[in-house]
Amino acid sequence: MAAGVPGRDGNAPAVQSASVEALYQELILDHYRKPRNKGPLPGATVSAHLSNPTCGDEVTVEAIVDGGVIRDLRFTGQGCSIAQASASMMTELAKGATIGATRRTRGALERLLRREPVTRDALGPLVAFEAVARYPARIGCVLMPWRALEQALGDPDAPAQSP
Amino acid sequence: MSAPLIATVAGVTGARGQVSGRRADFPLLAGAPSLHYLDSAATSQKPATVLDAIRDYYERDNANPHRGAYALSVRATDRYQEARRTIARFAGLADPDCLIFTRGTTESLNLVATAWGGANVGPGDEIVVTAMEHHANFVPWQQLARAKGATFRIAPLTSDGKIDLDALGGLVGARTKLFAFPHVSNALGTVNPVREIVALVSERAPDATIVCDGAQGAPHLPVGFDSLGVDFYAFSGHKMCGPMGIGVLLGKRGLLESMPPYQMGGDMIDVVGDEETTWNTLPHKFEAGTPNVADAVGLAAAVDFLDGIGMDRVLRHERELVAIADARLRALRGVTIHGPAPRDRSGVVSFTVEGIHPHDLATILDERGVCIRAGHHCAQPLMRRLDVAATARASFYVYSEESDVDALVSGVREAQRIFGTV
Repeated sequence: MAAGVPGRDGNAPAVQSASVEALYQELILDHYRKPRNKGPLPGATVSAHLSNPTCGDEVTVEAIVDGGVIRDLRFTGQGCSIAQASASMMTELAKGATIGATRRTRGALERLLRREPVTRDALGPLVAFEAVARYPARIGCVLMPWRALEQALGDPDAPAQSP
Repeated sequence: MSAPLIATVAGVTGARGQVSGRRADFPLLAGAPSLHYLDSAATSQKPATVLDAIRDYYERDNANPHRGAYALSVRATDRYQEARRTIARFAGLADPDCLIFTRGTTESLNLVATAWGGANVGPGDEIVVTAMEHHANFVPWQQLARAKGATFRIAPLTSDGKIDLDALGGLVGARTKLFAFPHVSNALGTVNPVREIVALVSERAPDATIVCDGAQGAPHLPVGFDSLGVDFYAFSGHKMCGPMGIGVLLGKRGLLESMPPYQMGGDMIDVVGDEETTWNTLPHKFEAGTPNVADAVGLAAAVDFLDGIGMDRVLRHERELVAIADARLRALRGVTIHGPAPRDRSGVVSFTVEGIHPHDLATILDERGVCIRAGHHCAQPLMRRLDVAATARASFYVYSEESDVDALVSGVREAQRIFGTV
């Protein structure tokens, strides 16, 4: 297995070790143990449910979208630490953000997981998932909540409903 | 500690723990000394004798069988039929014409559901399965029932993961047209008492056809088809040291003869008229198209390999390792083992670790060269009843050794350290 992915901003590599501990960073474990914005969202205007038939993981994303802005966002479901932490971190990043900005964040995350050039600013705390790129079987775990959110947001040109 | 599986594997006993296996016979394992392959319930590794047999067939005897116009084709036909006899003998089937080669257990069960079910199940009939089925022995029957307007019933399990025989007795009756159950549970390892179950079902539903999914049975314990009492028994080659893409359906002659064919094509016909076609005799009636001779030869080599050990010893070896793994995992805080006691299981340990999702566990173990399965094991109805989304499953086979258990247990402890759960 390859060594940790070097940092792309000229600083020290974000991943210091090729060990599995780089995968399970404290930030990821913290979100896994204490997921943020977990639970149903009363008054949600959009929602989507995704499951992975091969592993049984599932996630439901509910959001209140108004004027192209994600006013509130919560998730429910169960799964591995990577999927749960990803869902939790996604809700923190997307809450209050525009749909466009949220899509750009997701694009940056996908580039990180494909080991393509991406700036730290676009990623924020999602850089914690850098080591997942070395585990192809787990990339889908990171992306599942983001795919659910994309599905919930649906057609970007559709008129936003009020809560 | 009892005697190792094969005491003559020099340099292995002791060096790799008290219980040694046939690792040296398996090129993939022999070439990767630090690999701990604990996913044999998904597919087994292949001994050199099986790989050699397949290569030998292609290098010396390959032709399309049943075309007999030249000596090479006759040899290919002979190899194919010899493989059928060898596998039938291994499975305790006296009449090799009642062994149908298929792609595997899934195709065998679909063959019965389509050909037998299509002709014999109707509205008001009942189909009964158990809550421990692999999807391959669940979905075909569920869908057959839906298509035919039959009632689909699921026999519950006891809290320790066995078929609840009292409840099963209450479910089967005069309307039961078919009962399907597994010889051994793929997710829990539960070895079901086949003869007891057959007696119970036959007493209450004498006309029911009984189908046994042997995908996890034939690799691990003697089958003895002719004395089991079931009407159909299916298994796959790749879980028992054979190649992928070959399996069998064993059936009672009367049923196989009365059933319509499954697939239409070459070999399975007798006379093809413009309007009507008559069918070939058994087993050809159910083997349309050019058969998979090479892999049938490979599976025959696999059963020769297993016979060389003896299926009783195979099961004893697995149970010995399971008992060790069971005790050592139970000793860890937060570990739950699902299913019955080791004496009622084959080589499977299905477990969960508090605070660590099975996929995370599998990734951490993989980093240490330990291959386990994590997920629902194609048994979602069972997982719902266990009230878990997924379990981790370690499964043992003839090449497994105590060092594999050591690696598994230390990997689980490492995961607990990383996740801070102990």
